[in-house]
Amino acid sequence: MTTDPKLDSPRTAVANPPIQPMPTNLGAGDVIRASAMPDLAPPTRELTPVAKLIDVSKCIGCKACQSACAEWNDTHPEIEHNTGVYENPHDLTPEMFTLMRFSEYDNPETGDLEWLIRKDGCMHCVDPGCLKACPAPGAIVQYSNGIVDFIHENCIGCGYCVTGCPFNIPRISQKTHVSYKCTLCSDRVAVGQGPACAKACPTQAIVFGHKEDMIAHAEERVADLKSRGYENAGIYDPEGVGGTHVFYVLHHADKPALYSNLPENPRISPVVEGWKGVTKTLGLAAIGLAAVGSVLHGLLGRANTVSAEDEHEAEELVDPNPPPERT
Amino acid sequence: MAKRIFSQPGDHIETTAPVTVSRYRGFTRANHWVTAGSLIVLLLSGMALFHPALYFLTGLFGGGQATRWLHPFVGVLLFFSFFILFLQLWRLNLPRAEDVTWVENIGDVLKGDEEKLPELGKYNAGQKFIFWAMSALIVVLIVSGVMVWEQYFPHLVSIPARRWAMLVHSLAAVAIILTFILHVYAAFWTRGTLRAMTRGTVTGGWAWKHHRKWLRELAGRERRGPAE
Repeated sequence: MTTDPKLDSPRTAVANPPIQPMPTNLGAGDVIRASAMPDLAPPTRELTPVAKLIDVSKCIGCKACQSACAEWNDTHPEIEHNTGVYENPHDLTPEMFTLMRFSEYDNPETGDLEWLIRKDGCMHCVDPGCLKACPAPGAIVQYSNGIVDFIHENCIGCGYCVTGCPFNIPRISQKTHVSYKCTLCSDRVAVGQGPACAKACPTQAIVFGHKEDMIAHAEERVADLKSRGYENAGIYDPEGVGGTHVFYVLHHADKPALYSNLPENPRISPVVEGWKGVTKTLGLAAIGLAAVGSVLHGLLGRANTVSAEDEHEAEELVDPNPPPERT
Repeated sequence: MAKRIFSQPGDHIETTAPVTVSRYRGFTRANHWVTAGSLIVLLLSGMALFHPALYFLTGLFGGGQATRWLHPFVGVLLFFSFFILFLQLWRLNLPRAEDVTWVENIGDVLKGDEEKLPELGKYNAGQKFIFWAMSALIVVLIVSGVMVWEQYFPHLVSIPARRWAMLVHSLAAVAIILTFILHVYAAFWTRGTLRAMTRGTVTGGWAWKHHRKWLRELAGRERRGPAE
């Protein structure tokens, strides 16, 4: 149970908080990667990786997770208009870190109309595109337990994380000009609690714990779904981003796009890699060489100078026969 | 009055002994320096967000948030300022036959041995290259920059398009900084050039050596008296 203070990462979201106060168990010493900080000190210890498993086959679309998320994070999503769809709000926003996305699928094989509901939000990639793209030192950090977190006081609101993310998750607030997304309730995990969404989920479609346990649980769920005729059931833990710390059990794992365009093979775009890789390194080197080279050559090389002869030629040209002084 | 081919209205011989030639009027110089100042601010703020090793440069502008806010506005200022400069300079920067010979003999130019080369108008091929490179890169930078201007145009283009815009913006930025370094270096290396953009004039010898056709045209105009 999570109440055991000796555990470095909580194993479940369903347990109630410990009675005795607990110091935060997730800090600067647990950061394994930070944006724009290539020379980060190594972490002081290694936490057990955690994960949130979302089993879409058990989801009933109640949005308790969204409510719990807004409540715990104290966000206030704008009240919008009903446009005839179940998504509410219409998209992830700086005030809504998770969103139930609903899609209707007319299954050609069975003739069934399937209502596919996916809880969207940050996937907490092992190789996070947001972190790679971010120019602000320490604005995005990754902990050794797998959580990718935005440190808002370091964020400059440039939107590069939006460009870097393969899942279209971060949202920049027009009020505070910083970027927001799911934190995997890092502040709860730090004190032995699972994420608010997992705690609130009435069907245990969202479960949380050590990633190893979650994989084992997901495999059981996949086997169960297969036994019920969902032969393409499977785990969505995409390798292109090194795996994720939020992952899905899907009944149609062969067609993730059915679930509101969940990307088939997500990875950091090669365009982003090119921008943040070779362009950044070679670009700076070229500028540095050109600047230093021209200063050195300017100081040491021979300048192109105008001679007295040139000046004389100009005088001849402009006024070949200077008139006598007039009075 | 004869039609100007190698000079700009306003270019004239200012004094004859010694010869000084007016190359840029006050408006053009002010316009140039507003553009140059914007480019330097953009260079420093852009580099700060380009490479972590240079993030400390955000301190010059009041921190990361302020730098992120400022950079695109200065970009707009640069665009319009350069556009006004462009309108004044583009005609004399159109390529001419002698530019080819000049480029072919670039080695002589670097040796400072310009006597073997054709006589030139107000600009040589190197200056023209800088002018057109700046013009093209500024257009690329303003277009790609607006595409990634998070505060005002967050949904202008799709995320994949934004990725390309970011890459193109960085490459164009590197290119324009290299062009800028070349421009500043050439202005220093070719002694007597800087005063054209500070005082507005150059010496007759400078004009004779580097832009003889320009000087000849201006000298020809001077010889026609007002009563003629």
